[in-house]
Amino acid sequence: MNTAFWYASRATGIVALLLLTAVLVLGILVNRQGRLPGLPRFAVTDLHRNLSLLSVAFIVVHVLTAVADTYVHIPLISAVVPFASGYERLWLALGAVSLDIMLAMIVTSLLRGRLNRILWRAVHLLAYASWPVAFAHSIGSSKDLQQGWMLGLAVACAMIVAVAAIWRLAHAARQVPRARRVAAIFAQHRAGQVTR
Amino acid sequence: MTTVVNQPAPGGAARQAAGLPRLLPAAPEDLRAHLARYGPAPYRNQAGAFIADVEASGLTGRGGAAFPVHRKLAAVARAGVRPARGQQGRTVVVANGAESEPASRKDELLLQLAPNLVLDGLQLTAEAVGAAEAHLYLHYAPGPQILRALAERAARGLDRVAVTITQAPPRFLAGQETAVVNRLAGGPALPTFQPPRVSERGLGGAPTLVQNVETLAHLALIARYGPRWFRAVGTVTEPGSMLTTIYRPDGKAHVREAAIGTPLQTLLDDGAEVQAWLVGGYHGTWLPVPDAAGITLDNASLGRFRAAAGAGVLAALPSGRCGLTEAARVTRYLAAESAGQCGPCLNGLPRIAAALAELAGSGHRRQTLTDLKRWSGLVEGRGACNHPDGTVRFVRSALAVFEPEIQRHARGHCSARDRAPFLPLPPGMPTSEEDWN
Amino acid sequence: MAETLRVNPIQCTGHGVCAELLPELVTLDEWGYPVIDPGPVPPVLDRDARRAVSACPALALRLVSR
Repeated sequence: MNTAFWYASRATGIVALLLLTAVLVLGILVNRQGRLPGLPRFAVTDLHRNLSLLSVAFIVVHVLTAVADTYVHIPLISAVVPFASGYERLWLALGAVSLDIMLAMIVTSLLRGRLNRILWRAVHLLAYASWPVAFAHSIGSSKDLQQGWMLGLAVACAMIVAVAAIWRLAHAARQVPRARRVAAIFAQHRAGQVTR
Repeated sequence: MTTVVNQPAPGGAARQAAGLPRLLPAAPEDLRAHLARYGPAPYRNQAGAFIADVEASGLTGRGGAAFPVHRKLAAVARAGVRPARGQQGRTVVVANGAESEPASRKDELLLQLAPNLVLDGLQLTAEAVGAAEAHLYLHYAPGPQILRALAERAARGLDRVAVTITQAPPRFLAGQETAVVNRLAGGPALPTFQPPRVSERGLGGAPTLVQNVETLAHLALIARYGPRWFRAVGTVTEPGSMLTTIYRPDGKAHVREAAIGTPLQTLLDDGAEVQAWLVGGYHGTWLPVPDAAGITLDNASLGRFRAAAGAGVLAALPSGRCGLTEAARVTRYLAAESAGQCGPCLNGLPRIAAALAELAGSGHRRQTLTDLKRWSGLVEGRGACNHPDGTVRFVRSALAVFEPEIQRHARGHCSARDRAPFLPLPPGMPTSEEDWN
Repeated sequence: MAETLRVNPIQCTGHGVCAELLPELVTLDEWGYPVIDPGPVPPVLDRDARRAVSACPALALRLVSR
């Protein structure tokens, strides 16, 4: 029975990492008003939200099966409290930190209408911290991910996130500040007219 | 070259009697002269009594929106007494001296000549709504008359609530209610979305009364002489007097107090030939002159031409000028002054301005007029404030009144004999966040 | 209780999700910003309207009761 729990924990952990990669990329896509080919605009937003909930579901199973596996003792509380586990202390702590941030993001998003916008945005930006921490937890605590094609998979996820994050940063750098927007529209309009 | 000249009514009728002027003395009055003429501000020490008098007087706001003053006072007083969750029943009053319209000079002159009337009005409204916090909001650093008035009043212990002065940036939107509150809170003078209205939730979340300085001056006089006195001039539905900034064909600016209902002809005529009138400033309406000749300075009469008095800016465009060019210049200014916060306004106003500039040029594409009309329809009502609506009102009336000129320009001609700019506009446009602070 | 759809034009950045989910009441102008029917939301569209409000990535759309 323990072996089943152990395998389940490893598998759900890997799937969670893949899902979280997708969630982060989709989140950037929503912000950039990007589209998924063939899908309507609302699909990007809905997928982002639904997959984030699915990720947490997989993480819950990932945690519960690890706790249920009695081969090593992992207290349940260590899922959200860093350094509460004796086993693989550092790597599990990173997992806990990442999960804490995710829970904060989801709770603030569910209460979004009632919360200060700046607070919601600040918590949501922590996603850029949560993913790398989850990634470190995954690589550090999983022998599976440290070799073979699984390592390739993990590296691919990291590269996808890096590209998406750079794309997002590049846009932020190019963004016209509010006080210059009108001037930009004047310039755009003039340029448009010249080419007619 | 413009000069600002205060013109008292001939004969100098006694202030307590019906006549004018009511607000503007011939020279700046210090506190001693003010008290000698009016006596001290009559605090009522009784909630509601003043608001009842204001309602009976029929006073409407003199900042441009013409909203019934008693309703604003009552709303703020009520919100203060029944505070929303999380509020403590504080209220705030603001004297809005940021007239923002480049062509308006009345608030500046009023604050130079009769600052104590404005400050009396501020204290009386603070009492009426139970405010313990008062602000004076100006486009410029406070002049010697204002500073002296505040110091003299403080020395005599006349003011129950201390007044904080805050400077507004020279932006067209800086005097908008929510922009005022935003700026007073330490942010930029940018409008915010309503609801909530500032009278429900304004500065620091407290119900805030924002009132134009001229309105406060009228309130200071109503408190002393009563609603019947106030109604002795003006019309039945729009009683009282208002300050106007007048540009006659000679181009000089005059600030003059006029009874509501005065024929525009009386105010604007100087014998020169005129092609159009502009009523209500740069968010106002162009009127064709022969047709509108009988119009009077009240919204009932102006309404027949879809116009309103606004903050009292009136201009008579002489016949030798190009009205189309004037309209294009002003519209470009209005577009540049957009906060750039709302998609429709940000995208629409610069395009509208460019289209009007093309019409004012030599020959234009057929598509331009169609685009202009479509864009005008697209921006109306779709901003957080009424900047796009006011701009569209100005543009549409210009298109109607200067239609013959549009035809001439389309064929490469222009009827202007004098190409100098007529309407006043500040140079340059805002380019950085600091320009809004 | 009649409800109308309103957008906060300052928060709106023109994602266009509302127009997809509620084309009967929301169309997009030539710049991608929503033009909203000012009348009351018909009861048959109430659920779709709530979905559109919830789906707005900028949380700029709201249902207000008259």
